[in-house]
Amino acid sequence: MKPARFDYVRADTLAEAHAVLAAEGENARVIAGGQTLVPMLSMRLARPKVVIDIMHIAPLAKIAEEKDAIRVGAAVRQAELLEWPALAERQPLMAMALPWVGHAQTRSRGTVCGSVAHADPSAEIPLVLLALKGEIELSSRRHKRRVAAEEFFTGLMSTACAENELIDSILIPSRRVGEGFAFREFGRRHGDFAIVACAAVAKGNSVRLGVGGVADRPVARDLLDLDGSALDDALDTLAWDLEARDDLHASASYRRALVRRLGKETIEEARRCRA
Amino acid sequence: MPRLSADARHRIRARINGRAIEAEAEPRMLLTDFLRHVLGLTGTHIGCEHGVCGACTVEIDGRLARACLTLAPQIEGSEIRTVEGLAPSPDRLSVLQEAFRRHHALQCGFCTAGILVSLDHYLARTPDPSESEIREFLGGHLCRCTGYVPIVAAALNAAKKLREAKPHA
Repeated sequence: MKPARFDYVRADTLAEAHAVLAAEGENARVIAGGQTLVPMLSMRLARPKVVIDIMHIAPLAKIAEEKDAIRVGAAVRQAELLEWPALAERQPLMAMALPWVGHAQTRSRGTVCGSVAHADPSAEIPLVLLALKGEIELSSRRHKRRVAAEEFFTGLMSTACAENELIDSILIPSRRVGEGFAFREFGRRHGDFAIVACAAVAKGNSVRLGVGGVADRPVARDLLDLDGSALDDALDTLAWDLEARDDLHASASYRRALVRRLGKETIEEARRCRA
Repeated sequence: MPRLSADARHRIRARINGRAIEAEAEPRMLLTDFLRHVLGLTGTHIGCEHGVCGACTVEIDGRLARACLTLAPQIEGSEIRTVEGLAPSPDRLSVLQEAFRRHHALQCGFCTAGILVSLDHYLARTPDPSESEIREFLGGHLCRCTGYVPIVAAALNAAKKLREAKPHA
């Protein structure tokens, strides 16, 4: 398994990366940490004419605290965000979920934004971004725009990012007073893809629950003022709405059972942690 | 940086195990092949070649990396450490390597190169890990013969020896 031939550009500036994207469109692929793109190249699931390395564009390598959000640039590795001292304080949900992303040996290279760009339905970072109502900042040669996570993930490994655009950074909303968070994941082995992953944000008696690994993209629901059997019913409805399918790893009914069970545990834990 | 054309070989400069290297590779060449075929550093093994097994783990600029998930041109200007860089001298094993030998932590040895690089990196940063921390960390590697028990034992023993060797650290 060796990649097909491609040109390689190590972009020093964002403008340089934009220019190649504008000229090559769908024939270009952006490489950051390469933890997903390189296996796709090797298996020849992706055969770009040119690969644009964005890891040496200095402004993309920053984690910045903004008023209500943490801005994570496209060249920030997952391990760097996990090591960022303010993370657990500024956004506990991301701090809880990041250790579940791959293994220490891949988080050290894989980027936060790369996981968002790839949009695997069982990936943790897209799930957390959706649960928190985060945003994705895209740029191209002429434009810059912000897309809500809710609109960004459009289907199985597909996103609102256009051919001539790249992800500049993502905005992870900071924790607000009174919020509680929890993250749970079930897989065969730590570091494997999630069979079901749940992320919950509780505030007052309402809760927003995100579920990954079941539908073709992460899905989040706002569950207002629900407890006891009403909450169980809402989780059951959600489990059926996700249209789980059988695959090698789990049957659809097993996935629905996990959504009901893990979903409830995650919500209860998030409520306990409200502060 | 100029665009490196797909059909040509391009000069790549890096430091590997403390030594400056300069060699040529096509843009599509994986770091695993660059190390093994171009530089002759065959200690790094190729298992699955898509990032799952961990046999090809090396250090790039102080961080662990799957060499098979790295393109050769990505390492331009980087500092690489491979399994060949672990032993203090050609006739001596490192503390971790010695522990692997003592605990029979390898049979066929295929996964060993990656696990040694990984654990060497880990123990330097986590001098007193618990068994469960080591097990979680080893989740990034596949071994198909020893069943991990002796690997975990070797890692715990090496951690202890390294702590004893540096009592004031």
